[in-house]
Amino acid sequence: MIHSLFLINASGDIFLEKHWKSVVSRSVCDYFFEAQERATEPENVPPVISTPHHYLISVLRHRIYFVAVIQSEVPPLFVIEFLHRVVDTFQDYFGVCTEAAIKDNVVVVYELLEEMLDNGFPLATESNILKELIKPPTILRTMVNTITGSTNVGEQLPTGQLSVVPWRRTGVKYTNNEAYFDVVEEIDAIIDKSGSTITAEIQGVIDACVKLTGMPDLTLSFMNPRLLDDVSFHPCVRFKRWEAERILSFIPPDGNFRLLSYHVSSQNLVAIPVYVKHNITFREGSSQGRFDLTLGPKQTMGKAVESVLVSSQLPRGVLNANLNPSQGTYTFDPVTKLLTWDVGKINPQKLPSLKGTMNLQAGASKPDENPTINIQFKIQQMAISGLKVNRLDMYGEKYKPFKGIKYMTKAGKFQVRT
Amino acid sequence: MLESNKESLKLEAMKRIVQLISKGKNASELFPAVVKNVASKNIELKKLVYVYLVRYAEEQQDLALLSISTFQRALKDPNQFIRASALRVLSSIRVPIIVPIMMLAIKEAATDLSPYVRKTSAHAIQKLYSLDPDQKEQLIEVIEKLLKDKSTLVAGSVVMAFEEVCPDRIDLIHKNYRKLCNLLVDVEEWGQVVIINMLTRYARTQFTTPWKEDAVFDENNEKAFYDSDSEKKKEQTETKAYIMDPDHRLLLRNTKPLLQSRNTAVVMAVAQLYWHLAPKHEVSIVTKSLVRLLRSHREVQFIVLQNIATMSIQRKGMFEPYMKSFYVRSTDATHIKTLKLEILTNLANEANISTILREFQTYVKSQDKAFAAATIQAIGRCATNISEVTDTCLNGLVLLLSNRDETVVAESVVVIKKLLQTQPTQHSDIIKHMAKLFDNITVPMARASILWLMGEYCERVPKIAPDLLRKMAKTFTVEEDIVKLQTVNLAAKLYLTNSKQTKLLTQYILNLGKYDQNYDIRDRTRFIRQLIVPNEKSGALSRYARRILLAAKPAPVLESAFKDRDRFQLGTLSHSLNVKASGYQELSDWPVVAPDPTVRNVEVIEPVKEWASSLGKTKQHKSDDKFYSDEEEKEEEGSDSSGSEDSSSSSSNEESGSESEEESNEESEKTSSDSGKSSSESERSSSESEAEREKKKIKPAVADSDSGESEARTSSSSAESSSESESDSENDSAPQKTDVKAKPKMEVKSKKEVSLLDLDDFSPAPTNTPKPSVISSSLLSDLEGLSLSNTSSTLQITTSSFGPVKTYELLHHMTGKGLSAKYHFPRQPCLYQPRMVAVQVMLTNSSDRSLEEIHIGDRSPASLNIHCFNTIERLEPGASVTVSMGVDFSDSTQAANFQLCTKEDQFSVSIQPAVGELLMPTTMTQPDFCKEQKKLLGMNETSATIAIATANTSSQTISKQVLSVANVGVVPSSNNFHRFAGHTVSSGAMVLVSLELKESSTALLTINTEKSVMASMLLRDLKQALTQA
Repeated sequence: MIHSLFLINASGDIFLEKHWKSVVSRSVCDYFFEAQERATEPENVPPVISTPHHYLISVLRHRIYFVAVIQSEVPPLFVIEFLHRVVDTFQDYFGVCTEAAIKDNVVVVYELLEEMLDNGFPLATESNILKELIKPPTILRTMVNTITGSTNVGEQLPTGQLSVVPWRRTGVKYTNNEAYFDVVEEIDAIIDKSGSTITAEIQGVIDACVKLTGMPDLTLSFMNPRLLDDVSFHPCVRFKRWEAERILSFIPPDGNFRLLSYHVSSQNLVAIPVYVKHNITFREGSSQGRFDLTLGPKQTMGKAVESVLVSSQLPRGVLNANLNPSQGTYTFDPVTKLLTWDVGKINPQKLPSLKGTMNLQAGASKPDENPTINIQFKIQQMAISGLKVNRLDMYGEKYKPFKGIKYMTKAGKFQVRT
Repeated sequence: MLESNKESLKLEAMKRIVQLISKGKNASELFPAVVKNVASKNIELKKLVYVYLVRYAEEQQDLALLSISTFQRALKDPNQFIRASALRVLSSIRVPIIVPIMMLAIKEAATDLSPYVRKTSAHAIQKLYSLDPDQKEQLIEVIEKLLKDKSTLVAGSVVMAFEEVCPDRIDLIHKNYRKLCNLLVDVEEWGQVVIINMLTRYARTQFTTPWKEDAVFDENNEKAFYDSDSEKKKEQTETKAYIMDPDHRLLLRNTKPLLQSRNTAVVMAVAQLYWHLAPKHEVSIVTKSLVRLLRSHREVQFIVLQNIATMSIQRKGMFEPYMKSFYVRSTDATHIKTLKLEILTNLANEANISTILREFQTYVKSQDKAFAAATIQAIGRCATNISEVTDTCLNGLVLLLSNRDETVVAESVVVIKKLLQTQPTQHSDIIKHMAKLFDNITVPMARASILWLMGEYCERVPKIAPDLLRKMAKTFTVEEDIVKLQTVNLAAKLYLTNSKQTKLLTQYILNLGKYDQNYDIRDRTRFIRQLIVPNEKSGALSRYARRILLAAKPAPVLESAFKDRDRFQLGTLSHSLNVKASGYQELSDWPVVAPDPTVRNVEVIEPVKEWASSLGKTKQHKSDDKFYSDEEEKEEEGSDSSGSEDSSSSSSNEESGSESEEESNEESEKTSSDSGKSSSESERSSSESEAEREKKKIKPAVADSDSGESEARTSSSSAESSSESESDSENDSAPQKTDVKAKPKMEVKSKKEVSLLDLDDFSPAPTNTPKPSVISSSLLSDLEGLSLSNTSSTLQITTSSFGPVKTYELLHHMTGKGLSAKYHFPRQPCLYQPRMVAVQVMLTNSSDRSLEEIHIGDRSPASLNIHCFNTIERLEPGASVTVSMGVDFSDSTQAANFQLCTKEDQFSVSIQPAVGELLMPTTMTQPDFCKEQKKLLGMNETSATIAIATANTSSQTISKQVLSVANVGVVPSSNNFHRFAGHTVSSGAMVLVSLELKESSTALLTINTEKSVMASMLLRDLKQALTQA
């Protein structure tokens, strides 16, 4: 399975290596660098590269390449999924997954990697178990450790790995028992020039933060479970119950976790909460172009559209943009040609707009495609699909927990073609 | 610092060393100092030393040996984690000298009490194997032992070891196959991937192909791909209908829930399993999950799209509804865009081509020029594949020729060239247009394409071609090689067709070519010169020059780059690279005849071992029962052997099985009702699959069935002896006696559940639970003699008294011109689709001539989902035949209307289901029932007080009445309460019926279900049944 792992930063330095079997020379990464050179954009590096003796499977997250070295046949997704899990774990431990953070905590990273893989085969990837094995570094703990000389390796060996519920550790205690659930839905859409929807779909997740004492057994039921078309669960969810009754029944892991992700059936029409009026033109011959963009809310059920951020990759020929936003701020990066406009909240009475001119490179011909516009937004207290949680019950423990549920709609990959 | 006495200093030092290691710097000279600390008390220090040791032990073997004794000591530690970690590090030290020690440690750990240690030993096996392959034999023994392990923790790791060490020893899997299938859901996610992949290979060697029938239906997919054995298949289809091995089905069913996994690798593994193993019509259930994966990270998308691309070539229909998910976004990475494009092209057909082309138009304008070029190629492919749009595409491409971007133009030229080749007529204007463009195009491939076109169709453009050649002659020396070659070609062709104008030009070009730097061009020039220029030496060939050079060329087939990827198993590295990766194992073809399925039967789970390992023992056990004579036992043994040969799909064996059954029945009691040989075959398969479905529910009962067996025997023997059928093999292992056919398999299967009890989500009820599922018997005639697994007398009477099933008229023989049809609901799960209600139709020919080709015609509403019976070729006068079909009523009592057709006539008929027939019984205990009921209060509850007819007050009659109305299961309850549970067939909604007897023969009848319409209808029916005398 996974033979070695190399971490490579954006400038092409290998700053960490770890081997699970015999040592593979880091020169194997040369093949990776070759592929990297061939690809124009960092994203274009192919995830699977074949070299004479090894195979390289890489993942790009937070501008760090995680390159796994494989010697023989293995499902590539297996490795990719694992690498992503590694990144998630780092993020969980250090808050951010940057080169600096990894370098600062290299010992913890090594301990983690040692626990996560044995002989290249995943051993413990559940963050709950890992946290018992190796305590995440906090400022306080580092202070204490340096003074007292104690360690951040768990004294007790984890029990979770042996129990029937490996995702939950035993003996959890809280003074305030709370369970929060966030229903977050994302709209993926492509809107065409004329404003009609080409494709739109809703994907949602339920993220939970459960801090409950003991071994609670929770059931969560929906008002309209039939909306959920395709679901994938955290391993704690009892699948049979869902099949039979459309109820989520589970013993939750401790802390934050993703309970469920779902897809709303495509039969339901998706309400697009914002509209864009745009007029981007380049005139033949002149070195100027007009840029005119107006945003407005629609079908938001009275909720405000917040944290709106518009970004657009302008054509290469554009030298400069001279724009005037009615609200918010805009930036234009003349190197990457990326225009971003931080709009903020949309006020339905006074629609935000961005107007002005773009200067083209002298002599450059008119770009033949208008840029696409990517939009991000958030709408609080609304799940755009109309999904509603009916009730949450707890069995198995005596106390009464505090329960909370929050809905939110976000833009996923929301593109407007112009 | 390592020499220091203070732990904290040592720790600090080790941390520095680890930092060095992580940067890839050499820290090996510190080895002696580090190894000393291996016995440290401090856990973190110890771990870091381990890290160091594993890294450098290989280089410093002698020094590493110093540490071994520490690990050996730790292997005996009472703490399982210390044992495990010691084994882990010990096995990770790649020092050949310690191989014997490792071997010993692995063997010991494999029998450790702690599953965690056993898991570690499974990992260690792989390490030892890679260190010293000579140990293979011994390691296989350990693997064999560990494969028998029933802990979910071990399963994944040991299968991994199996794959690494001895992937060809498929015989080790046989006995563990069913266990692995059943444990699969509970295994940790990484293990799941490995097990699924292994089982895919296993199933391909052990089961016959489920695609035979489909080969006839969608030949366009099948034939091309499996043409080598399609003929064989057809023969087989004729001889016998395909019946899926129950083990095959088991695998498919147990992997299905894993499609919901959050781990993308698991989902992909299941998808490939379905793709390679499932019947064609079931594969599409993976579509949705695969499309879901597209939301994941870029790398995941890449792999999934690759696999979808391969799948979509063969089966467009699978992904067509999700076409929009493959629309390209401007933010996608280029390779993702190209893959999406590939899929869209594969999905294109007459119906959606306009949408796709419109989408392509947007892509062509993309700023990403590589992608735009790929789009043009995709348009070209669409154009050749779908002849309706060829012209549209061609026009579109010609428009692109005026594009400003060079790559776009060049790509269009190349594609147009290919397109023109497919239909060279009437397109000379395009050729002219392209010739005009020639001056502006600099991309060599495009220039070469134009030159080729000119040459090929030089007769259509007699004026332009020589002019072009003239231009080329001028620039010949500075052109790219490929352009030069085409120029030479063009010159030769023109020379042949129009030698008057071009003779000199040709000679000039040939001279230039003769002294070119590239030997290819020199070669070609020489060849052409000999061919076309007549001289004394050339002779015969030059006479044919015209035919050689101007032969009609077959149009190129534009096909997907993923066309040949299907030779690799989906989801593998090899598939992704399209190169055979080292260690890749071919997926074998289906065997023509399934290997003996009984090899999977022998169970190895300890608690039931002696019981299950041999059937003979079982019989010994049973022979305590006075009921059976010795002679009969011999017979059983005889038929037993036939049973073991039974490949479950062979009908002849089943026939013999039922014969032996009858014999033994005669022996025991004469009342044996004929189990209906004619229909038994189809029933059998249904009951088998049903048995599997019921298996999960059976679990609780099995536990006590063996203790209470003898008891059950005496009390139920009278009922049992009449006509034992598979209906009890499906419900319980214990009372099987005369039924031999399905016995070995069934028995083992249900026994296995014993060991799985502890893994069940729902706490198994300690009380004995009756099996209402028994009521869904498969054979009508068996209903009378149906025996139940337990001693509850109430239930026995219930079933035995649940006699004649209502038969309804489908078609009267007067209206049907002699054909009459009756139907009834056999109350068994439909074997075609779980959402359908099974209906048995008895067709009788009461006319005086034979009827031919009886089949089902149009249905209304058209969306009605009916599984038709196979066309009955011929029905003799007076004969009758019973066929079974499935209807998906979608939980409504709306009648299913369809046409029953004979060769001459069509009769509109309709099946009107009673509401009670839309249910399937559910097994549950009283506490479960109450729990379920609590969830279905308020809106979901319907109740009424009814006056019960005096004749109906006994509990048996009540059960009987309720069961006659609705197909529900009895829930064991206290005196005045009667509870029945079921679920709707189509949507699986729970239906709970409870009846509380009050004084003076009134009762409170309550129905809890989400389906309120059903509830009120059911209430009405039940009321009627209970109030009537």
